[in-house]
Amino acid sequence: MALKMLEREERTLLTGAEAAAHAMRQLRPAVVPVYPITPQTPIIETFAQFVADGLVDTEIINVESEHSAMSAAVGASCAGARVLTATSSQGLALMLEICYIASAMRCPIGMAVGSRALSGPINIHCDHSDSMMARDAGWIQIFCENAQEAYDLSVVGQRLAEDGRVLLPVMTIQDGFTITHSAEPVALLPDDAVAEFVGEYQALYPLLDTDHPTTQGPFALPDYYFEIKRQQVDAMANVGGVWSELQEEFAKLSGRYYRGVFEAYKLDDADYVYVILGATAGTAKVAIDRLRRQRKRVGLLKLWLFRPFPAREIAQALQGRKAVAILDRALSLGSWGPLYSEISAALNAISARPVLYNYIYGLGGRDIRPEQLMSIVNDLECEANADVQRFIGLRE
Amino acid sequence: MPNTKALAMREEREKRFTGAHALCAGCGTPIAVRAVLNAIEEPVVVVTATGCLEVATTRYPTTAWNVPWLHVAFENAAAVASGVESAYRVLRRRGRISKEIRVVAFAGDGGTYDIGLQALSGALERGHRFLYVCCDNEAYMNTGNQRSGATPFAAQTTTAPVGQESFGKIQRRKDLTEIVVAHRIPYVAQASIGDWYDLVTKVRKAVSQDGPSFINVMTSCPRGWGHDSSQTVKITRLAIETCFWPLFEVEDGRWRLTYIPEEKLPIEMWLRPQKRFAHLFEPQEQTELLREIQKQIDRDWERLLRRCEVSASASV
Repeated sequence: MALKMLEREERTLLTGAEAAAHAMRQLRPAVVPVYPITPQTPIIETFAQFVADGLVDTEIINVESEHSAMSAAVGASCAGARVLTATSSQGLALMLEICYIASAMRCPIGMAVGSRALSGPINIHCDHSDSMMARDAGWIQIFCENAQEAYDLSVVGQRLAEDGRVLLPVMTIQDGFTITHSAEPVALLPDDAVAEFVGEYQALYPLLDTDHPTTQGPFALPDYYFEIKRQQVDAMANVGGVWSELQEEFAKLSGRYYRGVFEAYKLDDADYVYVILGATAGTAKVAIDRLRRQRKRVGLLKLWLFRPFPAREIAQALQGRKAVAILDRALSLGSWGPLYSEISAALNAISARPVLYNYIYGLGGRDIRPEQLMSIVNDLECEANADVQRFIGLRE
Repeated sequence: MPNTKALAMREEREKRFTGAHALCAGCGTPIAVRAVLNAIEEPVVVVTATGCLEVATTRYPTTAWNVPWLHVAFENAAAVASGVESAYRVLRRRGRISKEIRVVAFAGDGGTYDIGLQALSGALERGHRFLYVCCDNEAYMNTGNQRSGATPFAAQTTTAPVGQESFGKIQRRKDLTEIVVAHRIPYVAQASIGDWYDLVTKVRKAVSQDGPSFINVMTSCPRGWGHDSSQTVKITRLAIETCFWPLFEVEDGRWRLTYIPEEKLPIEMWLRPQKRFAHLFEPQEQTELLREIQKQIDRDWERLLRRCEVSASASV
């Protein structure tokens, strides 16, 4: 859908990391705390060069850890600044304590995540264990398939985060190396168009307004804590509606329409559905095209939004299908994959529940090929035992 | 020159930190906070680490703070202040803010010597213009008196208790002020609620620096130290007079004592009134331990004197 529009536009050869950095530049953040970690590093390097070249007026804070990166981000955001940052893997793990506080304090911080496996053993390659670890931290989580999506959804994501009905931090997640380090043609919007689309960030209660002092981050006991958490629940519930609104506006601006909260690829008549996050959706499209040539009715549901989880929309889309293969690029040790658990819960609302299969793939950057994805449909067709977690490409 | 009248007037004009908070009677921390905030003429933004000060002054929906105040977590006051200060700089540059604003961070010794040391070091190295005040009461008091890197040798805490095999903390305290000096920031000082004039003078010097400044302020905890709540200032005064807690400053690398006791009192005078050191005197006096404590203090004091002499002779 998006690709057809792109062919008419001028495109620049950019890696996912560079695309994310261009989005950061155009969003004109006031403060960007940075700390290096593979594979996110080129995002902050590219951005630092933009600042060094005077292309954007930003205070970069070269912090001494990701924990301090997120802490400085919260400080600057409460102060009244638009704040962006980036991280991966262990960096996100180190930030996590403060990620929960960022969302509770309603700081619309934008963070690019180059997804990478969590230690141990230490590994620098892609899987989604870092982002999944942070799934309960109160952040909006957007998964991107390619560099174009990483760019577009960073722009839309920031406006979404700062919308008065939302005010939540946002992670725009791209697969480490597969996207962060691979160059693709990317259509960038003019600087002014992005500036106009996102506007100036106006904090509701900036700390630096010394004429109107506010106490931020107070101590809440059992008499108030619960209500404050409930406000976060409500904010999350508003995300889907605002997302759709903004995507319509963004489509007019860019010609790229992210319709709904997931991309439906050859889904209409599909008996069998693959559900995937991130770059592997691209591989799955190739696999599905080949399967379609074999007259197999297979389709793909690729989620952009993972948090808030679009349970109702997914349930509607999967209702009445024969079987669904849910591909998780992360473990929740001792349970099903995170995506599987979400979808399984979402389907409680419908009567014609398809059989769900859980596949774990690509951990620590293990490659996944179209043929492997194609073979999944055999399990689904022959009604193999769905009661076990299956592993793709694993040496047993 | 600061005087009590000027301070009282500033407080009357703008009560930056109000009463009716829940800090214990006799707590030294609010004494430090009031002195610091009243010493600063410009508008201030306060960042506070998790601890007694945060918990007891901001029980939602109430607050004791009449200035912008921010708390995020325990170990990151310096990093949060970095963010606030960076936002201030850029928003001022972009014409969104016109005022001169000072950023002050308060944290306890646990949040500074131990869990917050990395964030502090990073912020100092980066050169943010802010004042970091460590309210040092020598243990994790918010959680009920556990040993920290600031707890002195032989003090009793709940995690280094006295017993058949133990006399309390077996290690020396960390010299945080010296660690901060090693960052070569414009202004570092050691102060105490036992000498408000000295503290206030130092705060004024600190906030006038175009870069980071740090003041390590001794504040007593009557509950943890085990003394009557009326004795807070007296006890901290004794720490100065025994040279356990000398008052000095390091301005652009030059060390200077800001107070020299006329007669250096024996350390026993500071130890005896505190229950956390009771085991050094009862059931029988631990002469060897007391001698060791005195020896450490003498050595540190001599070292400090030499440093200040060297600085004095170098600047002549």
